[in-house]
Amino acid sequence: MVACASNASNDELIKQLDKIIDPYRGNPGGLIQVLTKAQNLVGYLPKWVQIQIAEGLGVSLQEVYGVITFYTFFSLIPRGRHKISVCAGTACYVKGTKMVTTTIKDLLDLKPGQTTPDSRFTLEIVRCIGACGLAPAMIIDGKDVHGRLEPELIPAVLEQYA
Amino acid sequence: MINLTIDNQQVVVEPGTSILEAAQKVGAKIPTLCYYKDLNIIGACRICVVEVQGARTLIPACVAPVAEGMVVKTATPEVIKVRKLILELILSDHPQECLTCARNQNCELQKLAEEFGIKEIRFAGAKTEYPIDDSSPAIIRDPRKCVLCRRCISVCTNVQTVQALCAENRGFNTLIAPAFNEKLADMECVQCGQCSLVCPTGAIVERDDTAKVWAALADPEKHVVVQTAPATRVQLGEALGAEPGSIFTGQMVAGLRRLGFDKVFDTDFTADLTILEEGNELLQRVTTGGTLPMITSCSPGWIKFCEHFYPDLLDHLSTCKSPQQMFGPLVKTYYAEKEDIDPADIYCVSIMPCTAKKYECQRPEMNSSGYQDVDVVLTTRELGRMFKQAGLDASNLPDEEYDEPLGISTGAGEIFGASGGVMEAALRTVYEVVTGETLENIDFEVCRGLTGVKEATVQVGDLPVKVAITNGLGNARKVLDKIRAGEADYHFIEVMCCPGGCIGGGGSPIPTDTDIRLKRITATYTEDERMSLRKSHENPAIIALYEEFLGKPLGHKSHELLHTKYTSRGVNK
Repeated sequence: MVACASNASNDELIKQLDKIIDPYRGNPGGLIQVLTKAQNLVGYLPKWVQIQIAEGLGVSLQEVYGVITFYTFFSLIPRGRHKISVCAGTACYVKGTKMVTTTIKDLLDLKPGQTTPDSRFTLEIVRCIGACGLAPAMIIDGKDVHGRLEPELIPAVLEQYA
Repeated sequence: MINLTIDNQQVVVEPGTSILEAAQKVGAKIPTLCYYKDLNIIGACRICVVEVQGARTLIPACVAPVAEGMVVKTATPEVIKVRKLILELILSDHPQECLTCARNQNCELQKLAEEFGIKEIRFAGAKTEYPIDDSSPAIIRDPRKCVLCRRCISVCTNVQTVQALCAENRGFNTLIAPAFNEKLADMECVQCGQCSLVCPTGAIVERDDTAKVWAALADPEKHVVVQTAPATRVQLGEALGAEPGSIFTGQMVAGLRRLGFDKVFDTDFTADLTILEEGNELLQRVTTGGTLPMITSCSPGWIKFCEHFYPDLLDHLSTCKSPQQMFGPLVKTYYAEKEDIDPADIYCVSIMPCTAKKYECQRPEMNSSGYQDVDVVLTTRELGRMFKQAGLDASNLPDEEYDEPLGISTGAGEIFGASGGVMEAALRTVYEVVTGETLENIDFEVCRGLTGVKEATVQVGDLPVKVAITNGLGNARKVLDKIRAGEADYHFIEVMCCPGGCIGGGGSPIPTDTDIRLKRITATYTEDERMSLRKSHENPAIIALYEEFLGKPLGHKSHELLHTKYTSRGVNK
């Protein structure tokens, strides 16, 4: 059931996950709440977490997996310490979303949907963040907006995040 | 009631009726693709859009309810233009492999493309590329051909409650598959094939094993025998273009001989045998305090379902093999000895209305003859294909009889194909065996029909026998949950995996809907009435089988050849 039995902290995680599931046990309606809390606990939603949730709530693994892959909020892969959300809204797209992602790829060898091996950054593409005047723009950690990006500006931005 | 106008005709319908259903009342045919009556009404594909006066946009007729005074036009130039556009967009991401597709000429998408006169696909956009899942012995999944209608998800989740499929990701990247794109063979899919019955295209089809059968027929060393399931004779006609409800028993036998089978036998024979074994098992359990209720074990999709979802109830299953799997070992022992044929040279083919039977014959325990008991299973659809390949026009074939002795059967064996049939056949025999009296009225109407859960109490001598009958696994679940809760005081339960029983099995001709199921059921009972013998224990070939070979029901040889055991599988393993 557990993907990585050698990980000593797994037993503790299983117990904590059970505590998250307990109020919703046998109640499929609690799926999104449980997934949100589980992701906060584990950092992402690996298969063993999904199975534990499916069995706890009395839904199939298919149901759980379908919901997770529908919402971009949920992640199947480990998340980095910092989340880079590159805007691909119309204005940013026109002004250079591709330049931004290419630059990040060159700097960090990181493609959208991936996390760096040192767990520092996760990169994702998002729809309009409402900063069209700053296009092309990205948000880091859901709060810091960095706009009017150019290739030579991006390394300095990334250096702020350890 | 709601009054509205559709294509300048006045329509009066119940509130809550969809525009699509209202239009059908006045003969206005609105095309559909994702829509499936009573099963999948989600407005996903938009091919059914119509013009509603005053509405800002075109409206999907399958999900939009009628409203008082509504004025609907179902086929304006704008509507046609948009429908064609939708079709072209679907086709732009669909493999153009119609000629080599299993659903060629029986595909809803192909039919729409023909009806709308699509001559070119203007969009050369991206194509989804997914691997084919051919891990299962029963069904093949090719997501490239999927139109994302979600009918398979509906039937698997809501009717069968297996939920082996989900929609993962979203938008263009949506994939209908098990979680983590797991292979069907490695998870709790029960191989029932109901998804293949409702799929509008060739995205989910049965595994085609006809080449194996042709090869066996071509091999002079092989003695090729065939058994035909009860339901196949009320289905084969449809696979060859006849009306639903057509009975093709004699023509099927004649056609199988033309194809070159050395012997044409009948699963109805081992259905009769099942009644003898299972009826005696029931009596034994009742008299010796065995596990009750006892549940039938003829339906391999149901068996796999129980192994995955209710492994704690496996003791309730009858230990009897299914009629197909009783036939296999008997052919390779009893028949082989009788006819002095080396069982190694016998090739045993089954014709089944079922995809799960393909899985069942490959279960490792199904080799009690010392060989794989049943070598290959063809669905009714595949047999129809072989008839076509051989140029056999079934309506011009003569009416021929099955071969002896394994082709002799009774009406009781025949009704195994319909929900309630196994129960009715069992009651006909158990009543007479227990009471020693002749049953006056052998038609147990209470067992028949499409109702999801049927219950009855039948007085057999001193014992009021309480029975339940379910069809469709969602209905089985209701009864199983009662057993788990200790609220079920039945003696005997019949479970058939597919809605309507085997006549609606996953290997049936396409389309198979509720109306067609009912016609096949009617045909099944017509066949039953046509038979001179209608009780399993009166089958002379069965009586001879016990005298010459088996000894007695539940005897040593029976246990060796005709009974089996089950495997606890669980889910998410």
